[in-house]
Amino acid sequence: MGKVHVPKPSLPPPSNSIGAIAWAKKHLFSTPLNSVLTIIGMYLVVTMGYWTINWAFINADWVGDSREACTSSGACWVFVSARFNQFIYGFYPESEIWRVNLMFAIFTVLLLALVIEKTPKKPWIAAFTLVVFPIIAFFLLYGDAFGLERVETHKWGGLMLTLVLAVVGIVASLPIGVLLALGRRSNMPIIKNLCVVYIEFWRGVPLITVLFMASVMLPLFMHAGAETDKLIRAMIGIVLFQAAYMAEVVRGGLQAIPKGQFEAADALGLNYPKTMGLIILPQALKLMTPGIVNTFIALFKDTSLVLIIGLFDLLAIVQSALADPKWLGYSVEGYVFVAFMFWIFCFGMSKYSQHLEKKLNTGHR
Amino acid sequence: MTTTPMPSNDNQVMIELKNVNKWYGAFHVLKDINLTVRKGERIVICGPSGSGKSTMIRCINRLEEHQKGDIIVDKVPLTNDLKNIESVRREVGMVFQHFNLFPHLTVLQNCTLAPIWVRKTSQKDAEANAMRFLERVKIPQQALKYPGQLSGGQQQRVAIARSLCMNPQVMLFDEPTSALDPEMIKEVLDVMIELAEEGMTMLCVTHEMGFAKTVADRVIFMDGGEIIEENNPHEFFDNPQSERTQEFLSQILNH
Ligand SMILES: Nc1ncnc2c1ncn2[C@@H]1O[C@H](COP(=O)(O)OP(=O)(O)OP(=O)(O)O)[C@@H](O)[C@H]1O
Ligand SMILES: [Mg+2]
Repeated sequence: MGKVHVPKPSLPPPSNSIGAIAWAKKHLFSTPLNSVLTIIGMYLVVTMGYWTINWAFINADWVGDSREACTSSGACWVFVSARFNQFIYGFYPESEIWRVNLMFAIFTVLLLALVIEKTPKKPWIAAFTLVVFPIIAFFLLYGDAFGLERVETHKWGGLMLTLVLAVVGIVASLPIGVLLALGRRSNMPIIKNLCVVYIEFWRGVPLITVLFMASVMLPLFMHAGAETDKLIRAMIGIVLFQAAYMAEVVRGGLQAIPKGQFEAADALGLNYPKTMGLIILPQALKLMTPGIVNTFIALFKDTSLVLIIGLFDLLAIVQSALADPKWLGYSVEGYVFVAFMFWIFCFGMSKYSQHLEKKLNTGHR
Repeated sequence: MTTTPMPSNDNQVMIELKNVNKWYGAFHVLKDINLTVRKGERIVICGPSGSGKSTMIRCINRLEEHQKGDIIVDKVPLTNDLKNIESVRREVGMVFQHFNLFPHLTVLQNCTLAPIWVRKTSQKDAEANAMRFLERVKIPQQALKYPGQLSGGQQQRVAIARSLCMNPQVMLFDEPTSALDPEMIKEVLDVMIELAEEGMTMLCVTHEMGFAKTVADRVIFMDGGEIIEENNPHEFFDNPQSERTQEFLSQILNH
């Protein structure tokens, strides 16, 4: 405690071990067995890499608007480009697509502002993103107000739907998770047990079951006429499910805060909400960042499960396009495209979390 | 019993413990503790490890709950009533062995947090006040640093300033110097002595006998959850009554 230990920068390596050849000798060809393994490995990497690059880029077809354009032996990206709008916006009316784009643009600007370190007034931007932006996004996407035409949610689809599900899931599950985690540590047995039961119940059920229940069983329990939108039901299911996982991540972070912090806050006369809001959670949330991002990545990928209840997320819409007789036989291209889109977002989140982790390790704790 | 002159003002009772008992499960930590502290008194508490010193002073601001007896702080009885607990905590400052500064806040923010959120002081006033106290503990130039960038002695002085910013009636110290390197002990003790000379009511668990001799009005010796002996420092050190006190003193004074 007390002093921060700042390690000195490492010394440079001794000169006889610098350079690619020395490195390769040491790491790749140190024994005959290692040399053989290295050569086999290199052969595999090179041949597969060569094949992949040929297929995806060199021999690929990029332009055109029907399968007749695909004449070479490589990938037929024409399939993706011809259907691109549908993959991104689902069945959203062509003339209204600008609304989705505008929503994405605002969101991107807000995210960048939050991610870039030197932005002033970050708490206000965060509050805006969490409270005001969802309202703007709702009216932009759904419309039916301010002279915007109504676009029913069953017309939403593709990457847009995936992102809407993921962002809503992420944004709503975090605060609920925090409340659940606090409840689980409560001294009041009723609250504590309710939270434990909730968390353990949702963690014990697969998301697929939750989605089925949300779409099939929930309407059975509801009065006729009180039918809610399928998308809303899926969102509620995802949020409730995800909150349980988030609660466990948050609990881990809370446990890492020393008892002395609670005592110091108590001794200063701070009450429970202030202690939590001003002292404990700000420290715990920093510690939890990697865990939270991990949960986000898992959630992002899990959103593709909504295809089983008939929502057309990115994966589902590509799959349905594959069934189009005009494009039979291009499933590899379709799935590679889906995988690539998911990968971009998950990789971005993962990189950002690594960056945060580094920053936290060097920052003030 | 006390021979040192009382500080000028009245003999108002600040803290009263009456037959206080506390158990951890079956373990009886505090046994019939009786103690009266008047405004402006400086009390040093010593005793072997595990004798219940920390537990006793932590009962005074309800960091620990007692099970039997009464604790009254500035006329407010400590019960389960949250209102009472919060009002007592506003009036009683505490300094811990391990400082317990808030690492995510700057020194200045550590000092202004409670005044702003508990006393509802404006940020400007709170900051001006905090700077005054940071000057008193002689580290105003560190105000914008984070606790992790300070030495142990500096951190403990910030912790004292942080408590003082709430304008407490009483200060509790739980071994404030025992986590510090020897060369830093003096800077913290100097601040505490200054505070004592200004008439702050203080209860201090410490084994710094020099400090006890300089500032204490009374020294209390605890063992096995009981107050064994209570006397002015002069009598306490030169003429200890009980055998256990003599044994304890010979151990800590000879090492
Ligand atoms: N939370 C707890 N649960 C059970 N026993 C405890 C707890 N806290 C303290 N004790 C026990 O109560 C006794 C008194 O503890 P306390 O911390 O008051 O001693 P102390 O006089 O401050 O000792 P030290 O000089 O080591 O700080 C010790 O025997 C300790 O083991
Ligand atoms: Mg102790």
